[in-house]
Amino acid sequence: MEAKTLFDKIWDAHVVKQVEGGPNVLYIDRHFIHEVTSPVAFLGLKSRGLKVFRPDQTTATPDHNVPTINQNMSIKDELSRNQVEMLKKNCEENGIVHHGLGTDGHGVVHIIGPEMGLTQPGMTIVCGDSHTSTHGAFGAIAFGIGTSEVEMVLASQCIMQPKPKKMRITVNGELGKGVTAKDIALYIISKISTSGGTGHFIEYAGSAITGLSMEGRMTLCNLSIESGARGGMIAPDETTINYVKGRQFAPKGEAWDKTVAYWETLKSDEGAKFDTEYSFDAADIEPMITYGTNPGMGLGVSQTIPTGEELTGTDKATFMKSLKYMNFNPGDAMKGKKVDYVFLGSCTNGRIEDFRAFADFVKGKQKADDVIVWLVPGSKAVEKQIIAEGLDKIFEAAGMSLRQPGCSACLAMNDDKIPEGKYAVSTSNRNFEGRQGPGARTLLASPLTAAAAAVTGVITDPREFL
Amino acid sequence: MAYDKFSNIVSPAVPLPIENVDTDQIIPARFLKAVERKGFGDNLFRDWRYDKSNQPIADFALNNPTYSGKILVGGKNFGSGSSREHAAWAIYDYGFRVVVSSFFADIFKGNSLNNGLLPVQVSPVFLEKIFAAIDADPKAEFEVDLPSQTFTIKATGESEEFDINPYKKHCLQNGLDDIDYLVSLKDQIAAFEH
Ligand code: SF4
Repeated sequence: MEAKTLFDKIWDAHVVKQVEGGPNVLYIDRHFIHEVTSPVAFLGLKSRGLKVFRPDQTTATPDHNVPTINQNMSIKDELSRNQVEMLKKNCEENGIVHHGLGTDGHGVVHIIGPEMGLTQPGMTIVCGDSHTSTHGAFGAIAFGIGTSEVEMVLASQCIMQPKPKKMRITVNGELGKGVTAKDIALYIISKISTSGGTGHFIEYAGSAITGLSMEGRMTLCNLSIESGARGGMIAPDETTINYVKGRQFAPKGEAWDKTVAYWETLKSDEGAKFDTEYSFDAADIEPMITYGTNPGMGLGVSQTIPTGEELTGTDKATFMKSLKYMNFNPGDAMKGKKVDYVFLGSCTNGRIEDFRAFADFVKGKQKADDVIVWLVPGSKAVEKQIIAEGLDKIFEAAGMSLRQPGCSACLAMNDDKIPEGKYAVSTSNRNFEGRQGPGARTLLASPLTAAAAAVTGVITDPREFL
Repeated sequence: MAYDKFSNIVSPAVPLPIENVDTDQIIPARFLKAVERKGFGDNLFRDWRYDKSNQPIADFALNNPTYSGKILVGGKNFGSGSSREHAAWAIYDYGFRVVVSSFFADIFKGNSLNNGLLPVQVSPVFLEKIFAAIDADPKAEFEVDLPSQTFTIKATGESEEFDINPYKKHCLQNGLDDIDYLVSLKDQIAAFEH
């Protein structure tokens, strides 16, 4: 039998039909929806007189637009409120489970799926949000789709997709102290660029990857899209199985044993062919930070911004435009640059492990006076866990306070906007111009590096404190 | 969503010689609050097009009266970032029918094709020639021929073929979307589930 990759195994098992000279009709096991990319899809469905085909395979939560304080009160912004209410109404009309604001199941869509055990190995998972790649951490094929495709899945539980190419990125060796999954991701993107993964689906492998917790794996897979890839995945192993076991929607009893036996077959066969392969040494990775306006513009926190001397033409113009936006100079050191805001949260780093790491770092220290710190849990469950573990007390003692769950400053659709010209060390995933608010300047980093900035007020190598 | 059938285009082009034009620039998040698919063209490239007091920024290509047409030409890795289909809607709504680049982000490419907007991927060398032609004459015309899959610089007669999936080409030429097709497969999909 032909050697298959993990990706092939799952993809091939979900092809309903191959269209002549066209894409595959791919069956979708799990569909997550949120308030921003679904209303037009529901509208389309309605105008065609269609109902949702498999409502029980669809899960909804409002996250992009929601306030992160006073969630018990009506949303002030009329347009945001309208989207959030529209989601609820569309779900009610179509029999879709909806985890509304303030309920136990509420949170960023990519955080609640895994928490509830809705995300499982071997599945195909889509959502109208590019960071759906997060769910690939479980050994699932998970990717973001556009609104037309959301409508396709609502209408038929399928989408039309050409099969992507396959890439394997192997990271072997041991991570240095203070180096996290976020740093691995930013390192990889800085090496292969924001378009290096385009057209591909990535499988991450190697000892530095299998050594990561599920939270770390989710952070890594989450950022796959920032390299241009459709998604990233990691073969399920004991870590995966232990994480899923016992969760609300995990198989139970006899079904569990049977399912686990199947999950254990989900790995790339010896000799399986990848279209592209990269390999990196974990020991080369430092705590990372970005200096420009795309996630590929990253470097070790102790390094200096490239001079750009070798660049020409549009490459040079793009580089200089980016530095101008950031108000940085070629050759500048990153360490010691002033920070105005710190944002801990998002589907990249809004999980409990991220809050533990941040709390562990700031424990017994004080927030720098002129830094504003936003701590936004990825979900209600994370918020509850933070409180149960007393991490909120540690934050308070350090002069910081916890907000309520949502996407928040990751894309600044709600009120959590970084003001123009201000610098934010952010644990989210995109440092595009204006991403965190018009004129905001974003520096992407891990929760540890963010914590170090929060207590010193400047970009700091967290290893100096460890 | 229905869109107009794609027919061949002869038009001048608007140049945007910037790399990694991401969907947050094409349509910033704060304009994603609508629940209907219309009017996004007004906010296309909002933060590059208008300053803080909502005054047009004169040197941005879309505000420059020398440039016009149904073709937008961008630098490599166009459409990276978020999956927001609003980016394709905004470009279409503004009046463009073709986006040219040497490299497109996957989701953007798919979203465009689902909305009657043709992404034309050309070689980096040819892209430079297109920019040069616009530089030489802002009114220079280009021809996009979908049946033969060619993009031509009219002034020089140089042309390059581009790729498109035959199924997607058929959809574009006939203004069809995938949903009717998928719905017609329901029995087959139900059978697949068992
Ligand atoms: S946290 Fe950010 S990246 Fe994640 S789903 Fe929300 S907006 Fe998208």
